[in-house]
Amino acid sequence: MSIGAEPTTTHRAKSPKPEKPVKQGKEASGVGQDNRAKSQGKWATMLIAPTLILLAIVIIYPVINAIVMSLQHDQGLDPVTGTFVAGGFAGVSNYIGWLFQQCASPNGGTEACAPGSVGSQFWSATYTTFFFTVITVVLETILGFWMAIIMARAFRGRSALRAAVLVPWAIPTAVTAKLWFFIFAFEGIANKLFGTAVLWTGSSGPARAAIIIADVWKTTPFMALLILAGLQMIPADVYEAAKVDGASTWQRFTQITLPLVKPALMVAILFRVLDALRMYDLPAIMTGGANDTTTLSLLVVAQIRNGFNSAAALSTITFLIIFIVAFIFIRFLGANAVDAASGGKGKGK
Amino acid sequence: MTASTLKAAAFDSAPKTAARNRARWASGRTYISAALIFIWCLLPFYWMIVTAFRDVGYTFDPTPFFTHVTWDNFITVFSTDLGNHFARNLLNSFIIGGVTTVVALVVGVFAAYALARLEFRFKFLVLGFILGASMFPGVALVTPLFQLFTNIGWYGSYQAMIIPDISFVLPLTVYTLTSFFREMPWELEEAARIDGCTQGQAFRKVIMPLAAPAIFTTAILAFIAAWNEFLIASQLSNDETKPVTVAIAYFAGAQPHQEPYTAVMAAGTVVTIPLVILVLIFQRKIVAGLTAGAVK
Repeated sequence: MSIGAEPTTTHRAKSPKPEKPVKQGKEASGVGQDNRAKSQGKWATMLIAPTLILLAIVIIYPVINAIVMSLQHDQGLDPVTGTFVAGGFAGVSNYIGWLFQQCASPNGGTEACAPGSVGSQFWSATYTTFFFTVITVVLETILGFWMAIIMARAFRGRSALRAAVLVPWAIPTAVTAKLWFFIFAFEGIANKLFGTAVLWTGSSGPARAAIIIADVWKTTPFMALLILAGLQMIPADVYEAAKVDGASTWQRFTQITLPLVKPALMVAILFRVLDALRMYDLPAIMTGGANDTTTLSLLVVAQIRNGFNSAAALSTITFLIIFIVAFIFIRFLGANAVDAASGGKGKGK
Repeated sequence: MTASTLKAAAFDSAPKTAARNRARWASGRTYISAALIFIWCLLPFYWMIVTAFRDVGYTFDPTPFFTHVTWDNFITVFSTDLGNHFARNLLNSFIIGGVTTVVALVVGVFAAYALARLEFRFKFLVLGFILGASMFPGVALVTPLFQLFTNIGWYGSYQAMIIPDISFVLPLTVYTLTSFFREMPWELEEAARIDGCTQGQAFRKVIMPLAAPAIFTTAILAFIAAWNEFLIASQLSNDETKPVTVAIAYFAGAQPHQEPYTAVMAAGTVVTIPLVILVLIFQRKIVAGLTAGAVK
């Protein structure tokens, strides 16, 4: 579960001494320092242990439990006795079932899942999840950047603006969903404002648009604040120098702002992507997953009451998808959240 | 961009009026943009409050200001005639959010101190693990916990929601506190020791007052995160322990297939106003907490 792209590099850049194995360090000269590091290490272990143990209980245990569960068949009615019995070892058949959209057939084998059943929706849900993720994150990045640039300027009422953008962020997503559901109601204000008569949650395109707008409204402020924090790290004299050298506004944006804000921007995008991939609240409340708005999270929840074991397999697949996306981001796009969190001293690369 | 245009305008050797005009135009654009952002962020929220105070017969009235003002919707929200128990739901949210926040803070503050102040091996790994945990998808917990809690009879209990909530509130707490602690002037502790304070006194009189705002801000962020949780609660709560987010999502109206919009907006207002007030009061601190660690 390490998020770090290059742990060794960073570690070395940060503190060359503890990088060596402890024994070797002792043989080397720095005995006093080594003892100090050792006693700090002991302290640190004691202080961090409760957090790690608690996280292990609330995350690692359920995950292992889910994996074990996913390798069993769902409980079913025993055809002879008519009672519920555990399904027994299933290997990876639950996973294969999801990936190839195969369901158990009455005669004991498997067949293609019936259209509309939970089992037939894996790939469409995956597509919907990525569709929402890409569109919302792109919109939020562009809008968030614009908001951040405005908020970074000096003008009267700036702190009022910064307070205002926190309002959508503070509202619970469940309330946001209801609010936009009301705005997009057939007789609602959106239709009246635009003079349209769209049944927003009634068909695929408008339903997705409604969810995307609600999500963008709710989470762009977070994006904007993260980008703003990145913008404020850029020293003003860099712009002065570029200006003296005759750089245009656009050149200053692409040559100075973008590269310098990139680390903060990538972390913000990483957070948002991982958050969007597990989107649940908005579609669950606004459409209930109807009209092509079923995300992977919704599909897992829909499956829970049909059978724990295949639900566990699906939740494991979801977790793996998110994990792989995070890995790609960190490895290839340089979104190093841990580096940022550890004080950024390891930016030596 | 305009900030630099402004400065540029001041530097320019071009005629002063042209520069002034350009500066004025730039600041005008800033104000227009700021107004647009302001409206975009607050208009839907404003609409929720207007609707919350509007007579149910005028639910879809598009008049943009307060008309047909009434408290009826709030009375509907708190009445139990239609099978809603909103006061109970509020209490549940406070219990779940409160306990989660306290547990996360009490446990997380030590980890944050170690991560910010001490040098030790595997620090990078620990941070990576904690960050990874905060991005963990809720559905991957719900499925196994649903079965586990059903088996041990915890389904619908407070702990059935508090335990999974800790999985994302604790990492958030550690992450935010670590960044705050890293910024604190710890030299003052040693200075106090040199001036004759005992370690306890130095902690109580110097470190505590400095750390209190950081801990308080983190507590607000943690509480908001737990208060807003929906997925886990919607699956693992029952009618007695249901928090407000779930209650609002499935709010019952007088007619089974008619959404009680005005009452739901009133409920949303009740849930949101305390958060919004909190956020506005501690705006600066919260922004610092939200963005802590993402930069620098």
